[in-house]
Parts: sequence; C-alpha cells; structure tokens
Amino acid sequence: MNTPNIDSSAAGRTRALLAQASRWPAWQWIFWVVAFIAPALLPSHALIINEIAIVGLFALSLDLILGYTGIVSLGHAAFFGMGAYAAGLFAKHWLPDPTLGLIFAMAVSLVLGLLCAFTVMRGNDLTRLMVTMGVSLILYEIANKLDWLTGGADGLQGVMMGPVLGLFEFDLYGQTAAYYSLTVLFLGFLLLRRIAFSPFGATLKAIRDNRLRAGAIGIPVGARIVVAYAVAATLAGAAGALLAQTSGFVSLDVFDFHRSADVMLILVIGGTGWLYGGLIGAIAFKVMQDFLSSITPQYWTFWLGLFLVVLVLVGRDRLVRPWQWFGRSTPATDPAPASDGATTKPGASS
Amino acid sequence: MTAVLSARHLIKRFGGITATADVSIDLEAGARHALIGPNGAGKTTLINLLTGVLPPTSGTITLEGEDITTMAPHQRVNRGMVRTFQINQLFNTMTPAETLALVVSQRRGLGTRWWERLGARDGVAERCAQLLAQLHLTEVQGQRTEHLAYGKRRLLEIAIALACEPRVLLLDEPVAGVPTGEREELLQTVAALPSDVSVLLIEHDMDLVFDFAKRITVLVNGALLTEGTPAEIAADPQVRAVYLGQEVADHA
Repeated sequence: MNTPNIDSSAAGRTRALLAQASRWPAWQWIFWVVAFIAPALLPSHALIINEIAIVGLFALSLDLILGYTGIVSLGHAAFFGMGAYAAGLFAKHWLPDPTLGLIFAMAVSLVLGLLCAFTVMRGNDLTRLMVTMGVSLILYEIANKLDWLTGGADGLQGVMMGPVLGLFEFDLYGQTAAYYSLTVLFLGFLLLRRIAFSPFGATLKAIRDNRLRAGAIGIPVGARIVVAYAVAATLAGAAGALLAQTSGFVSLDVFDFHRSADVMLILVIGGTGWLYGGLIGAIAFKVMQDFLSSITPQYWTFWLGLFLVVLVLVGRDRLVRPWQWFGRSTPATDPAPASDGATTKPGASS
Repeated sequence: MTAVLSARHLIKRFGGITATADVSIDLEAGARHALIGPNGAGKTTLINLLTGVLPPTSGTITLEGEDITTMAPHQRVNRGMVRTFQINQLFNTMTPAETLALVVSQRRGLGTRWWERLGARDGVAERCAQLLAQLHLTEVQGQRTEHLAYGKRRLLEIAIALACEPRVLLLDEPVAGVPTGEREELLQTVAALPSDVSVLLIEHDMDLVFDFAKRITVLVNGALLTEGTPAEIAADPQVRAVYLGQEVADHA
C-alpha cells in the first residue's frame, strides 16, 4: 500500500486541529462567571434569572436534538411538563428534598423520552412536527383528566420544598432558586458540551448533516437518535422539575403548546448547534418579555413578533453588527470587538 | 478463487418498472471488477441493493458466506462492505479532519464514546493525517466541507470510504467531475489498496475501466448482458452494439 510517509508533525497538526474545537475561549469563562455573579449583584432580579436559567436548560436540551441531531420537535414541552409534574408529585407525596426530586423527575422524563423516541425515528420533518406536537397535546389532556392526581385545571398545589442539599432554604426573593437552577443548568451544559465534542456527538452531527452517508459509514442511525432524544428529554425534564421546585406549583401550562413553540423561538433567536444559542436566546427572550410587558402589558407579543420578523429578515449575524447595516454585504473579515464574540456563531465569521 | 460478495437472482421492481432484472454477480477476493453499461442500465440501483439502501424485490446477497440480504446498511459496513456515492454525500458543516476522525472513530468502535474528545484516542489523528495526505486534503483539513472546491469534496468522498477500512469497496463513478489530471492519481490510490480488498467500480470513462479492471460486467436495461476479461468485453459484438462500436472497440 503506497501510504505516504506521515511525519509525526503532520499527525500532530491534525491532532491539534481536532483539539482546538473543544477549547474554552475567554468569553465563555466570562459568560459563566457573570451568570453566577448575577443573582448576588442584582438581588431584585433573582427571580427572572431563575426563569432564564430554567428556560435556558430547556432550550439547551432542544438544541441537542434540533441543533445537533437535526430532529425538529414542536412538542418538547411533553418532557418539560412530565419533569415538572414528576418533581411536584414527588415532593408532595414522598420527599421534599429537591435533589432527589430532580433525579426522580429526570428518570421519569428519560423513560418517556425512550418511549417517544420511536415516534421521531421515521418520517420527515413535517410528520415529526405533527407527531411531537400530538404527544405533548395528549399529555396535556391526560394531566387535565387525572385531576385526582394532578389537580387538573387548578394545578398541583401544596408543593412544599425542603432546603437544597439540606442546607439552603428557598427564599421569597429567589436567591437560592437562582443559584440552584444555575448550578443544574451549568451541569447540564457541561454534559452536553462533553457530548458535543465527543465521537458520539460527531456521529449525531453526521446524522444531521447527511443521514444517508451516516448509515453508509456504519453509524446505527436509529439507535443514535433514540439516545439523543432520551438525553434531551431527561434535561428538559430537569428544567421542568426546576420550575416546579422553585415555584412550588405546577399547572397544566407546563404541557402547553406555547412552551414548545417558545423554546423553538429561543433557539431560533440564539442559533442552533452551538449550545450557547439556547442560553443567549433565553436571555434575549426573557429580558425582552420582561421589558416589553412592563411597558405594554397587553401588546408585548406584538413587539416580540416584530423583533422575530426583523431577526429573520436581517439575519442574526448582521443584526449583532449594526455597523454593517449600511455597507456592502461583505464577508465579516473586519475584526469584531471582543464584546461581540458572545453573539457570533463560531465559524460563521471566519 | 472464492467469491467475497455474491448476489443471486436479484430483482428490483419500482411499481411496473423493473430496474434490476435477475442479476447475479460474484466479486472475488481481491477483485478489480468493473461494472459498465449505458445510462439507465441500473448500475446505481444494483449498488443500492448490494449496500442495503434499497431492499430487493427478490434474490439473495451474501458477504463472505453470510446472508446479508435483509441487513441494514450500517451492519453491512461493520462487516467490511463500504461504498462511495455518485453524488457526493458529505457532512457539510464538518471539516475534513473532523469527518475523517469521526469515521475512523466509528470504525474502531468508539462511536458511542460520549465522554472522550473526538481524536483524543491513540492512532485516530495519525490515521486521519495519513488519509488526508494520501488524498491531498492536508491543506484544507481545517476548512468546512461546504466551502471546499468540488474536486476536494470528491476526494473527501473517497477518503471517507477508505477510512472505513473496507474489505469490499463499491465505487460509484468515483472520478465523475474530477479534473483530468487528478483522475489517474485517484484511481491509482484505489488500485494501490491492499490486494485482499475487493473493489467493484462503476465508471463511464472507458480508458479508466480498461486500465483498472481485471474483470468487467456489462449491464443493459437492468439485466446482465455479459461478463468477462477486458479483452473479451472489448471484442464482444453485443457490447460494441450497445456502445455504438466506438469507445470499447478502441481497447480491442
């Protein structure tokens, strides 16, 4: 075989190139440091930081199946809701410990994810949108009908949570809640980041990019989708559990269609397939919601809708570079300021 | 010689159309076998049947003595049967280095490792660098595949198949669209595969076919017309008739 002689430096270059992708750039460290300082710095906003962390984790879980595996879903709230009810019922009927409740809720969502994974293995995007939406609507109605268990339309009330790890009581201002949710979000993020840069993650990207070829290089496509879907369901369940535990209440709203649609919007705002899209999208969405609804409580969705239309028409990359709006549409070769790094998709600007 | 890959009485019908009509073909160990035929002869359909992309209407396929007729495509790959595609089937958002690291990892059974970094395992980066150099992709190894020139993408298409460490390699028009200068080189890379790798080549370029193949099968209208050595095929009046006499006769 006439394989060319490979000097070790060529292999070293390839190895370095492969290692480069999974580095932590400085802005990512800053992002997380700021995230963890935020509740202490802005104590009056701890509740919304908690909400952002929960929605961020929910969006992160959708990114694994939508951004990394290429499976569209309009029913991701199925797992969010299942996690919320599982955590709420666990605290109400068994133990008030948040950590055990979280683990229980994740286990329940994992099982549901495994059962539902078979609905997304076949068909095309359109049928998947329909099937995933159908599953979440079915669960909504089941939760509605089982009012002896779930409280039905009145919601699950009387959920009393114990202190986190037996040490930190949930307070009215949401400090403990924010730190609890941020910690779970960060752990979930680390897990997904690990997956994203692993051989397993690469097989998911291969399925997203070209399912035919993925099979032709020996990847068991169906099995990979099942695992990705189950992991995403587990993390969505964790997000739902955080909402139930930090608010002490679960309503049918957790299964509602708008939750599935919102989380999709959040990923569209932040961009799919790079993990930070869900987080940045969650921040943008929640801050915008908070800000707009304080100005115009009735019509804030109008402004949100307008923003989305502008985002799609102008494009995310151009929207975060206003100085390019009136220039020629040249490739972004100009050095972007450091603050811009957080909102630029890696690779998109090179 | 023993047949590594063997198809018996393959039939594929799409509704009323018979795309493959009772084709039997044997690929011997270490074969350099070409499959030729005019457009629409059912060459790609036959490859799709062999690799499991399409299920046959009837007939059987065996690989190294094992019946693989109903096996999924990825199971056939794990048993050593690998193909390339006539139209590039690449992973557009990945770089060539990532793509090959993925394929090498998957082939070495690391595809379920979610806790390791891609390319961290001993030997993966080395094998990637080797394949990149072999197919002249080293300079572009860090660029996204969708931004590569067509010729480079074609080379990556072949590199992916080689990274699967095939025992049986099915090449569906590997040099289609590759600039003339690079064609020979590409086929030399394929010809230089270890002699125990069996190759089935589909190609339109008769020069390349007659250079490369030790055995040629001619497919017309989904059915087997004839099979033989290059000399026999070039002299065959039926084949000449199909190709209007010209191209094949030049090789007589």
